[in-house]
Amino acid sequence: MNKDIWVYVEQIEGKITNVSLELLSEAHRLKTKMQRPGQVVAVIIGSQLEELISTVQEYGAQKIYVADDKSLKLYEPQYYAAILKKLIKENDPHILLVGASALGSQLAPTVAAKVKTGVAAHCVELKISENDQLVAVVPAFGGKVLGDILCPKNRPQIASIKQGILDKPVKIEAVGEVIKVDLSFLTQVKTNLKPLKICREEPKGVPLEEAEIVICGGWGVGDQDTWHYLEKIAEKIGGAVACTRPPVDEGWAPGEHVMIGTSGKSVRPKLYLGFGISGATHHICGMKDSGLIISINRDENAEIFKVSDYGIIGDIKQVLPLLAEAVTK
Amino acid sequence: MGLNIVVCVKPIPDPKYYNEITIDPVTKTVKRQGIPTIINPIDKHAIEKALKIKEQHGGKVILMSMAPPDAQETLLEGLAMGADETYLLSDRKFAGADTLATSYVLARGIQKIGEIDLVLTGTESGDGATAQVSSQLGEWLGFSHLWGVVNCEVKSQDDIYLKTKIENGYMEWSGKLPMVFAVSREINTPRYTSIMGVMKAKKKPFTIWSFQDLDLDEVYVGLKGSPTQPGDIFSPDMGRKGEILKISKEEAVELIIEKLRANGINIESFFSGCVRGERNE
Ligand SMILES: Cc1cc2nc3c(=O)[nH]c(=O)nc-3n(C[C@H](O)[C@H](O)[C@H](O)COP(=O)(O)OP(=O)(O)OC[C@H]3O[C@@H](n4cnc5c(N)ncnc54)[C@H](O)[C@@H]3O)c2cc1C
Ligand SMILES: Nc1ncnc2c1ncn2[C@@H]1O[C@H](COP(=O)(O)O)[C@@H](O)[C@H]1O
Repeated sequence: MNKDIWVYVEQIEGKITNVSLELLSEAHRLKTKMQRPGQVVAVIIGSQLEELISTVQEYGAQKIYVADDKSLKLYEPQYYAAILKKLIKENDPHILLVGASALGSQLAPTVAAKVKTGVAAHCVELKISENDQLVAVVPAFGGKVLGDILCPKNRPQIASIKQGILDKPVKIEAVGEVIKVDLSFLTQVKTNLKPLKICREEPKGVPLEEAEIVICGGWGVGDQDTWHYLEKIAEKIGGAVACTRPPVDEGWAPGEHVMIGTSGKSVRPKLYLGFGISGATHHICGMKDSGLIISINRDENAEIFKVSDYGIIGDIKQVLPLLAEAVTK
Repeated sequence: MGLNIVVCVKPIPDPKYYNEITIDPVTKTVKRQGIPTIINPIDKHAIEKALKIKEQHGGKVILMSMAPPDAQETLLEGLAMGADETYLLSDRKFAGADTLATSYVLARGIQKIGEIDLVLTGTESGDGATAQVSSQLGEWLGFSHLWGVVNCEVKSQDDIYLKTKIENGYMEWSGKLPMVFAVSREINTPRYTSIMGVMKAKKKPFTIWSFQDLDLDEVYVGLKGSPTQPGDIFSPDMGRKGEILKISKEEAVELIIEKLRANGINIESFFSGCVRGERNE
């Protein structure tokens, strides 16, 4: 029985995703809460990973399993999950943390089904109980209810977490023994899928997850022209534009990658400005932990006011142009 | 070619009303009385996709759900959209299932029907939103699986093109049946149901299977078969000042600018409106 905490370090196109580093820091935090802690161990899968290893060490991995092969260049669920399964069977880790990215959200349950254990999905908080078990807090009903999830009998106890929910990663230099995973078994892995290519675009401006100021528009923004004011303001003050579901559907917002909430991103900026947002729990669960929340809505009973520090009753069609003028002068 | 397609659909309390959900402080249970049950909205996109594939290649669209017996009414809507038949897997023993136990029962249901080429699900359910059932279903069935499909063309059994979304981009795949995949909202717009569709739906085959009807190993079923166990439930902490301000648009802008400045944003000067004197000359 060991109490090792594993972190799946996701890399895409040779870059480690931010959530992976957040998870390494979280693993160290959890370790300090344990009576009899084990090690923080990283697993990284991909092709040509040499350059990434030092980063994994800098963020505190005390041991690193490296699965490096040409065939692993692009994510493929059966290959990636088979590697994790093999490592888990051989080493019996206590906890496995996975970033709830698009690929991680698939990998975690796949691995869990292979080793017959449980996953607490899209956690908002992780805790350790008296007997060193993981207690994961997960949202239900669009974030209106939170519940503790335990995985008492099976190991590892897996949890997936979205980027931006945990604290910013901190460097904790570790020696980080590197172990190359023997991949000869991969030829036996059967799959009906072949990843052809991956295409990504770096979003312009400040990334939403890193922005200190988030300017969020909802259905109440009303039209594309009014939407442009949000962009103008964000650009000027170095913030990021975000949205609720309707502006994605209407095509005012660039896409789901700037949507906040259950099916979108979780953010914790210093300042959140919300325009024309009703405050559905699906949205609130992604922004309620922001520093200061100011929202503007013409409906004085809007739910969003309950999670706001300042709720301004007003017409955003009037406020936005004025605000844009004020900041761009 | 004729493909047998299963679409997994989950009846859930309508997400439009989740703001009304509360927790009973005494019994520590979720109070959701009065909230109507509907088909998980994303699952309708999966039904739509299945119908499109059937229109192209022929075959059958079969709905499958693991739910309490009263789900029957809700599932009719899927039949009204045009699906051919429904299997409802329902038994007290299935209660309390986590995603592994849910996908196990669904997989056994699919295996009992037999000769299924393709299984479609939604990416996530509105109530639990774990987004895990589809991948785990694929594992129990021994099929390849993909999550977050935004585009899919089935050219033949052995030639499938798929596109999935990832952060700031997408991936493209080629695949072969059999397969499980979870579709995203973006993949299509589900059709509306017509009166005709609703009338026909009532005559379509509707089968209910219980624990006994399926070849199940009890260790993997229901709450006991679930590796994850629920603990305490509570409401999220929203603790805010909640100061509601009835102020002019100029004052609103002033407040926002002040808070921006307090957060280190450098805004030089701005026109804050004019105030006229009161004196009559
Ligand atoms: C499974 C599921 C997942 C979901 N995930 C998400 C998610 O991740 N993120 C998300 O945001 N949503 C999500 N939704 C949708 C969510 O339930 C709400 O429908 C959505 O958040 C509402 O967005 P809104 O507040 O912009 O629009 P509305 O609810 O329509 O509110 C618009 C508001 O604007 C105000 N308004 C209108 N005009 C003006 C004006 N001129 N001046 C001032 N105020 C004005 C109105 O009073 C109203 O309060 C999800 C839904 C489901 C079912
Ligand atoms: N009980 C169920 N019966 C049928 N399908 C389900 C069930 N639970 C989940 N699903 C399917 O799995 C998808 C993902 O659900 P979840 O993993 O609960 O977020 C849903 O969109 C459904 O297609």
